Amino acid sequence: MSTQPDLLYSEEEEALRAAVRDLLTDHCEAAGVIARTESDAPHDLALWKSLTEGMGLAGLLVPEALGGQGATHREAAVVLEELGRAVAPVPYLSSAVVATEALLDGGDEELLGRLASGRTVGVLAVGLHTPPGPARRTARLENGALHGGLTGVADATAADVLLVPADDGGLYAVAAEAATVTPQVSLDLTRPVATVTLDGAPGRRVGDAEPAVRRALRAGAGLLASEQLGVADWALTETVRYLKERKQFNRPVGGFQALKHRLAQLWLEVVGLRAAARAAADALATGADTDVMVTVAQAHAGPVAVRATEEAVQLHGGIGMTWEHPAHLHLKRAKADSIAYGTAGAHREALAALVDLRAP
Amino acid sequence: MTDAAELRSRTQELLAAHPPAGTGRLEFLRARFDAGLAWVHFPAGLGGLDAPRSLQAVVDAELQAAGAPDNDPRRIGIGLGMAAPTILKYGTEEQKRRFLRPLWTGEEVWCQLFSEPGAGSDLAALGTRAVREDGAPSGPGEAGSGGSWVVNGQKVWTSSAHVARWAILIARTDPDLPKHRGITYFLCDMTDPGVEVRPLRQITGEAEFNEVFLTDVRIPDSRRLGEVGDGWRVAQTTLNNERVAIGGMRLPREGGMIGPLSKTWRERPELRTHDLHQRLLKLWVEAEVTRLTGERLRQQLAVGQPGPEGAGMKLAFARLNQEISGLEVELRGEEGLLYDDWTMRRPELVDFTGRDAGYRYLRSKGNSIEGGTSEVLLNIVAERVLGLPAEPRTDKDVAWKDLAR
Repeated sequence: MSTQPDLLYSEEEEALRAAVRDLLTDHCEAAGVIARTESDAPHDLALWKSLTEGMGLAGLLVPEALGGQGATHREAAVVLEELGRAVAPVPYLSSAVVATEALLDGGDEELLGRLASGRTVGVLAVGLHTPPGPARRTARLENGALHGGLTGVADATAADVLLVPADDGGLYAVAAEAATVTPQVSLDLTRPVATVTLDGAPGRRVGDAEPAVRRALRAGAGLLASEQLGVADWALTETVRYLKERKQFNRPVGGFQALKHRLAQLWLEVVGLRAAARAAADALATGADTDVMVTVAQAHAGPVAVRATEEAVQLHGGIGMTWEHPAHLHLKRAKADSIAYGTAGAHREALAALVDLRAP
Repeated sequence: MTDAAELRSRTQELLAAHPPAGTGRLEFLRARFDAGLAWVHFPAGLGGLDAPRSLQAVVDAELQAAGAPDNDPRRIGIGLGMAAPTILKYGTEEQKRRFLRPLWTGEEVWCQLFSEPGAGSDLAALGTRAVREDGAPSGPGEAGSGGSWVVNGQKVWTSSAHVARWAILIARTDPDLPKHRGITYFLCDMTDPGVEVRPLRQITGEAEFNEVFLTDVRIPDSRRLGEVGDGWRVAQTTLNNERVAIGGMRLPREGGMIGPLSKTWRERPELRTHDLHQRLLKLWVEAEVTRLTGERLRQQLAVGQPGPEGAGMKLAFARLNQEISGLEVELRGEEGLLYDDWTMRRPELVDFTGRDAGYRYLRSKGNSIEGGTSEVLLNIVAERVLGLPAEPRTDKDVAWKDLAR
């Protein structure tokens, strides 16, 4: 490995972060997010509109000629860090990354342009738990119409278009209203999953399923690490802030060595996650060493984000156990993310083949 | 500003004037120092050219391509990594001119006389005394006027003391002040008849460290570094550089201890089990993430954004080395019951990845102790990086002589 990935944030990336954070500070505060989870509109479509039509962020991965911003995974990763920090209930990873990547592999430029604008939300109809690789469950194509049932599809209730891998090897675009989308009671309140039932739904072939799904899930897995970084960084920052203020035994709780060491260890893990997430985003952008970097990031990110949010709940004490405090939103997101696009264990297994450390 | 092109041309001039093939090693190293190509970020006249540190790689690559000798940095790590930056920052002009050149060329090896049997993590509690003889300044701020100091005490964990010509030394010059304020920093001549070096055998069987007994050692006041009583502050420069040196090496993928373990795994399929496989993959991922973290830190330093990640690198490095080498001993099964050699030896340099798995396992136990224990480093991260409150302390305002011991 003679060339090293660029692991820093450029000035432009920092400016992008600041802009996204400002928007989220004003329009995505915790109390509102908590209230929305039990409303009949779990996705914040006004916020989605500000992020996409207002800032053009849905088109970061799409070339300018096709109506996008012509940016790279590095910028999309920064957006995801901030969306993770705020556990923003918007279908960014699903539509602007995963579905967009699937279409970038195929050739439907018109649909791609609509996704890039954010006016159309696209969702790849594959269970969120699916690791990168070919889709395992596909719909049946009979007489030009699609049949089948899928479960655990993230953000499907917000979708306008579903991208369905079918058993003829094609990837089909299906209008959401032609399918039956039913929300499932989801662990992650801010990225709910749903069942998708196709009962003779008409579909339009937009590409080959195998390479499109492979590409889409790899990008999803790689950039998920940046979302997990945002979640973990929120948990660490909030917990440190709280422990400086919270007093027991006539001292700030954060001055007790047992807690200081736990937080210092957590900081070390988050620092590692930042390097791994940047490496994965940079590898997706440059195409160099991508499989290994994405796999390493996903083998590391899940457990770190889960631990960070578990520590946040524990170290906040009783208040961390309440519905009112946002720590549970981050815990639920981190736990769901640890399954999304393959568990850490699944990625380690993939790594065994990639770096030639074979099983017995 | 010196740029890469200029450094390349200066390097070529050096090579033309002193062709490595026809020049003695030491002669070449001295010429390189005098050309300002030793450490380009040092000042002109002291082996550098006031150039950005990141450009050193340009010079090193040119010299390596030309087959030029290097200064064997592993043998003189304490001099390069700890003594040199401290002398540069606090030394007089005369001290810098006297010491930096032979330090860099390796003609003079340095060691570090800091830790004591009673002063480990609490280094500022040290009890080695330096007492002024006539002529030395009596208090902070006074200029030196000749004379010398007489030093008595015991130091410990001193790598390279048996081959060192000089030592950086901290000693107590005023026991009536609180402990951090009564310390002074000296450059100690290891050939003084009052210096006795005894090997300290460690769990690996060899004696890489020493105990150093100082009995009426005379140090001229001209070898004091910094003001009288300012030794603690001067020592911070040394200690910060030590932590960077231990945790900050640039490595390729599988460049650290994970390399030998991965190699054994690939070459010895008969040793594989499912449990070991899971643990191997976890450690491989952690090693790669730690490598990337170090790389990110270097990229931040190169563009002048020093990040707090440095404090964490040594922590991660220590834990990884211990877990990886421990797994390799276990992987080897029956061979893991053996050890290559317990013979008492006094190595001149330390190679953490050298020798066999058993040695690496035992040597890496020191990684979480030397240069600041992991427990102290976690306190440093918690207080200086995260800004958490310090533990309540009872020792800061008490005269050193009145502390419990």
